[in-house]
Amino acid sequence: MSLIELKNVGRVYHMGGETLHALRDINLGIEQNEYVAFIGASGSGKSTLMNILGCLDSPSSGEYWLDGSRVSGMSGKELARVRNREIGFIFQSFNLLPRVSALKNVMQPLIYAKVGLRERTRRAQAMLEQVGLGERMHHQPNELSGGQRQRVAIARALVTQPSILLADEPTGNLDSKTSLDIMTLFKRLHEEGQTIIMVTHETDIAAYCERQIQLHDGHVATDSREAPA
Amino acid sequence: MIFLILESFRSALHSIRANALRSFLTSLGIIIGVASIITVVSLVQGLQASIDQQFESLGSNSLIIQPDFNQQEYEGRDVYLSEDDLLAIRKRVVGLDSVTPQVFLSAAQGLTYRGNRSSVDVRGVEPDLFVLDDTFADRGRELIAADLIGRSRVMVIGDKVRRDLKLPNDPVGEFVQFGLDWFKIVGLLEIKGNFLGQDLDNVAYIPFTTANSITPTHANPFMIFLAKADPDELDWVRQQIRQVLRKEHKIQPGKPDDFKIESSEQIQQSIAQVTGIITVVFGGIVGISLLVGGIGIMNIMLVSVTERTREIGICKALGATRADIMLQFLIEAVVLCLLGGLIGLAAGFGLGKVIANMIPNFTPAVVPLWAVFLALGFSTGVGVLFGLLPAAKAARLDPIESLRYE
Repeated sequence: MSLIELKNVGRVYHMGGETLHALRDINLGIEQNEYVAFIGASGSGKSTLMNILGCLDSPSSGEYWLDGSRVSGMSGKELARVRNREIGFIFQSFNLLPRVSALKNVMQPLIYAKVGLRERTRRAQAMLEQVGLGERMHHQPNELSGGQRQRVAIARALVTQPSILLADEPTGNLDSKTSLDIMTLFKRLHEEGQTIIMVTHETDIAAYCERQIQLHDGHVATDSREAPA
Repeated sequence: MIFLILESFRSALHSIRANALRSFLTSLGIIIGVASIITVVSLVQGLQASIDQQFESLGSNSLIIQPDFNQQEYEGRDVYLSEDDLLAIRKRVVGLDSVTPQVFLSAAQGLTYRGNRSSVDVRGVEPDLFVLDDTFADRGRELIAADLIGRSRVMVIGDKVRRDLKLPNDPVGEFVQFGLDWFKIVGLLEIKGNFLGQDLDNVAYIPFTTANSITPTHANPFMIFLAKADPDELDWVRQQIRQVLRKEHKIQPGKPDDFKIESSEQIQQSIAQVTGIITVVFGGIVGISLLVGGIGIMNIMLVSVTERTREIGICKALGATRADIMLQFLIEAVVLCLLGGLIGLAAGFGLGKVIANMIPNFTPAVVPLWAVFLALGFSTGVGVLFGLLPAAKAARLDPIESLRYE
């Protein structure tokens, strides 16, 4: 079985009497250590799919299997646990906790994993050093540049050793030079065995990925594997 | 669970420190509430302690017998204690250590000395009183048996009377006028200070027999008896005195007494009851102010939840359960209240001390442990009660919506 299995997944929104099909009949499998990009215009359903993959949202129909367990139909508490253990989120706007040091930001998910303070600090420090921020771990987000913030976010996403890294427009708020740095970091992580799923509307960013899945009007339009650029 | 509480505690302290001024203003209601309850309790308890102390010197084995004026209208006749009553008690009551009369005299001009005037009640007493009252002369002497036998025109005064009459520092040997009679001062009593708002130094004593001799025959001045007995036999003695007085006053069976017999313990108890009521009433008022403070906290917490919507969304994405978020905000409210309670405790303690120091003859304020725990317990309770709504609101937030919140 694949790491991720989507079987006939649909997501319907009801808005004031109107029914909106954000996703219809998605069937997908993603393997361990794949590097996948979901591309599509806004309204194509890629954000909805991202939320479902990240267990922030549940499909209206169909089944979602992650690492052998059926995620669709789980309780809120179980979903929170899956988000904590299996998924590392990276957002376009970084979404770091304000007024809290980089180190504490990275330590945060470990609190929910019930890791003790000493072990938490050790793991967070090690992870920040890995993304090249060993020097700046006691700075607050507003004292860091955009690229540095995104590195903190990546460290935070990886510190729980999740099975998938979910990145939502990770370079959307970064300049091209910094974007390149982040994509290089992603490539390294991928080579180290990390499964990475990315949502983007920039084709040149998507080109870094081994597999591009194009969404259109809530269903998969193309699913192509290319050699990385 | 303990792990979670500990972590929430850490994050609550961090968040409170990050918004120090706002946190302080938020918990101001709690601070003021707790400070006022601690101030009031410490003062009332200090008052109680000082009363207890004074009663201790009076002894728990004394009885005060006085006419019950409530019965005067009821019976349609004068109600008083007479010398015959005293004699009857002395003759017939067994187990009595001593009984001494105190008759209160007043004159139209009061007590005068070279044109200076004091409106003090002059009391006719027997020498026993000075022992019973634990009062001794600072200068000169107290009244003695010879004064009683000789119906001497002598007087022992307290310091307030000396000051009012502008008598010299050592007034012994001076003559003062009371009504038509002249009295020689033979003693000045040691200074006793205030007790329950009564100046214990505003006293003037003359021999009981002298008092009788200067009172018109048919006048029945206000007289009380002070009795002393073994504490174990006090109730029995009291019963006997009651029977004797009923017989003397010819009270029919079934009719109520026209006199009151109170032990100092009883008086002490009724005062304790009053201070208890004061404490409870103030406690209630302060309780309301704590509730108001709690509503203030709820308000700010609700704002804070809205303000931190995005943070909550992030935490949920990172794997926080509803319970985690709920606990975090609940503990933040509790910590806020508890810190307010602690500050209030210190402020109230200090305020009580300052006020107690400003009142002369007041014992230092005492804060009993129960008041400390009650205040802290109550503020914690307020924190839980008013933290629940904001915490539930935070826990219910939808992660996707929250992450989009600007």
